[in-house]
Amino acid sequence: MLLAKIVGTVVATRKDPRLVSNKLMVARPVDPRGKVEGSYLVAVDTVDAGVGETVLIVSGSSARMASGMKDCPVDAAIVGIVDAVEISD
Amino acid sequence: MHLARVIGDVVVTRKDDSLVGIKLLVVQPIAPDGTDAGRALVAVDAAGAGVGETVFFVRGKEASFPFFPVEPPVDAGIVGIVDHWTVEK
Repeated sequence: MLLAKIVGTVVATRKDPRLVSNKLMVARPVDPRGKVEGSYLVAVDTVDAGVGETVLIVSGSSARMASGMKDCPVDAAIVGIVDAVEISD
Repeated sequence: MHLARVIGDVVVTRKDDSLVGIKLLVVQPIAPDGTDAGRALVAVDAAGAGVGETVFFVRGKEASFPFFPVEPPVDAGIVGIVDHWTVEK
């Protein structure tokens, strides 16, 4: 799973019917120390995350195993809001 | 499967219901010579691993298999703790 920071939201009116009433967020992956890396991605939010929060994103077919996402055409889902990351050097 | 070193842990209170009770660790993939290889990621622990240990982990939906019949939304999971390994030069 990826750690990412939520940087925005996506509004889409015309979309797959299975995506209706799902919240889409723009996220930017961060490394465990909080440094941003890589490009942005759009993830469906299943835990009521907000802009500015650090979240846990599951990608690939596993995203469909998130709550309420069964058989939905998604490949990235926010499944947790991160409280803390502890790294031992 | 990939070799990795466990370098930290992640605390997540608000999360997908099926992730409750599952430990999340930060793993740094390593090459056979022990050097870092690629970016660190978050993996669930199905082997009782801890910070500082060398482990191997699976990617993709298979990461959820150790928790069957529950299907948590995870895409990386530690499935073994490495005692030692050798590589032919």
